[in-house]
Amino acid sequence: MKRFPLQTRTLALVVVLLPLLALFIYVSLRSGPLAPVPVTLTQVSSRAISPALFGIGTVDVRYSYKIGPTVAGRIAFLNVHVGDQVKAGQILGGMDPVDLDERIRAQQSAQKRAVAQLDEAQARLDYAQTQAQRYADLLGAKSTSEEIVATKKFELQIARTTLSAAHSAVAQIDAELAALKEQRNNLALVAAVDGLITARNADPGTTIVAGQAVLEMINPQSLWIDVRFDQTHAQGLKADLAAQIVLRSQQSRHPGRVLRVEPLADAVTEEMLAKVVFDQIPAPLPAIGELTEVTVMLPELPAGPVIPNAAIKHVGGKLGVWQRQNGELHFAAVTLGASDLDGYVQVLDGVDIGAEIIVYSTKALSASSRIHVVDSLLGAKS
Amino acid sequence: MISLAGRDIMHAWGKFVFTGLGLGLLIGVTLSMAGIYRGLVDDGKALLDNSGADLWVVQQNTLGPYAESSSIYDDLWRGIRNMPGVERVANVTYLTMQVRQGERDVRAMVTGITAGAAGTPGWPPYLVAGRQITRGHYEAVADVATGFKIGDSIQIRRNHYSVVGLTRRMVSSGGDPMVFIPLKDAQEAQFLKDNDAILQQRRRTSANPAFNRPQVPGLLEAVIASQSTNTYVNAVLVQIDSIHSADEVAEAIRRWKRLTVYTRSQMEEILIGKLIATSAKQIGMFLVILSIVSAAIVAFIIYTLTLGKIREIAVLKLIGTKNRTIAGLIMQQAIALGLIGFIVGKITATLLMAPIFPKYVLLEPLDSVFGLFAVIIICIFSSIIAIRAALKVDPAEAVGG
Repeated sequence: MKRFPLQTRTLALVVVLLPLLALFIYVSLRSGPLAPVPVTLTQVSSRAISPALFGIGTVDVRYSYKIGPTVAGRIAFLNVHVGDQVKAGQILGGMDPVDLDERIRAQQSAQKRAVAQLDEAQARLDYAQTQAQRYADLLGAKSTSEEIVATKKFELQIARTTLSAAHSAVAQIDAELAALKEQRNNLALVAAVDGLITARNADPGTTIVAGQAVLEMINPQSLWIDVRFDQTHAQGLKADLAAQIVLRSQQSRHPGRVLRVEPLADAVTEEMLAKVVFDQIPAPLPAIGELTEVTVMLPELPAGPVIPNAAIKHVGGKLGVWQRQNGELHFAAVTLGASDLDGYVQVLDGVDIGAEIIVYSTKALSASSRIHVVDSLLGAKS
Repeated sequence: MISLAGRDIMHAWGKFVFTGLGLGLLIGVTLSMAGIYRGLVDDGKALLDNSGADLWVVQQNTLGPYAESSSIYDDLWRGIRNMPGVERVANVTYLTMQVRQGERDVRAMVTGITAGAAGTPGWPPYLVAGRQITRGHYEAVADVATGFKIGDSIQIRRNHYSVVGLTRRMVSSGGDPMVFIPLKDAQEAQFLKDNDAILQQRRRTSANPAFNRPQVPGLLEAVIASQSTNTYVNAVLVQIDSIHSADEVAEAIRRWKRLTVYTRSQMEEILIGKLIATSAKQIGMFLVILSIVSAAIVAFIIYTLTLGKIREIAVLKLIGTKNRTIAGLIMQQAIALGLIGFIVGKITATLLMAPIFPKYVLLEPLDSVFGLFAVIIICIFSSIIAIRAALKVDPAEAVGG
């Protein structure tokens, strides 16, 4: 009778202490640095990947025009504002002619005077010719002296020269007038092509130096995107590849294609430059300078062993993957091929299709790591 | 032979076990504190491990990039790549800032990593979900501690990034989780001002007659463009080949490139000896005080337990029990109490306390072993005081009082 309560107590103590001890052993081995590392496995599969390149760019135009005067002057009037559609040849504005109109009028008067002088020279010539003829006849009848006849011939000669000079004077003044009119026309600011006004840099009354742009216009049909690709991510970039363009202001994708890859890369930013055009210009027109994301699709590669890029590790100066063989970990160095934007990388050498490799782990692995395979590491603790 | 200690514990095992549990909680707190201290140091080492670098090349005469700010031109890596012994180089930027996601924002260290493939220095060495960055812009890999999920859109400065991968234990030396983004974006984020500031700067520049000259069309645009570019990074991470030693390569870069270079051991010294020195000392001091207090409490508990049994001990003496047996009784009980306390402490520290701390708590097995020995030694010493009290008791007390 006496031993029984003691046994119950011992039992109770054991019931309390044993689980505590078990929990302690579990805690010591299953947590902290001694614990196995939870990992997820995948098999190297064979699949075709479509590599793609990703770059960002800004909307730009192939043809843009800066319209301004060829000589310094003041703007007299401007007919257009930013956003206006204009036609080729349309007068967009004009420079102040200052005294040009007056000079043209003066030149016109000078022209009239020259014409009058021409008429006068003609009349003198006619008279001189008549006189020369008459005195020649009189000399034939011996009723005048040879000296007077010589004088009349000389006067005729003079009249001819004067007429020729008057002709030249008229031609000179005509040319000068034409030049002034040409200068007058040159003051007009004319649209070079059908297009859109994008900037109005000055307003009437502003003084402008020669060559300074008053208006800027673009040809919206020549819209393209100036795209920059990081040089390490630009393998296979060439003209005529299909591209998808996402404008920052819209989330919709616009199809396009690579127009050309620039022969000059950016040496400072280590980027390749390319021009990408829309298959169809979006309406409304995207703003020039808007940020875009461009994804260029490269041709699909033949199927081969493919691994997720999360599996690639850098151990001891080599790139490779942790492979599980017969329950043991070993590091297999791999040679990698093309990759796509979804994170799949082709393996050219190092692991075969069907090999079990470790994708995710909660810490860096080593060959002596104990692993514990789970389905997902989200929420896992180490 | 009958175990007197065992018998006595059996007599009131409930009280004994609960005392052990209470002691365990105290030991648990002490172990956690040790874990916090180790975690603090480990955070610093994790930062170095995760960068995957053998050498850090930083601005001359700075302790960058972690302990001081450092900026060097982003094309310096080309010259460093050509140095003998250099296997791989990568630019990197670090910037601790608030990363916004919807309504909330998270304090994170935004790390700009060079374009390339997995394995490039600076890239997260392992992931727990998703994939590594494949696009040169607007993708991010975040530490799970940020609370971001795959597919989330996060905002850094004015750009939006989609989270494509998750990693863990990628922290700054201060314990802030890291967010990895492409280098070009990070450079922009680091030096990009907000839109208002940019507008104001443009206005200031255009108001300056030296830059806005009518005779020189295009000058203003050129000046503004030159103001808004950033060609700096914080450090160049270098991996060396197997032939050369780190010190050798570091010395060559110091000498010929006139930059400051740190090796792994120097960097560790900077991080642990300088950057986290004060906070580590603070925690360390607290750990010492806590250990002393715990030791005192253990001693008091054992002393009181023994005094509670003073009458029984007097009876034992009365019936002629040897002093050795009585001392054994007390010491065995003290050690048993210490063991239960340690086991409970280890379990609570690991399972209950460590996971709830916001920063990393590293419970080293060696620390636990050391803790176990410390607990046993403290128990033995405190039981000696109790034994002295027990042996001095007058057997007459058993019948009197």
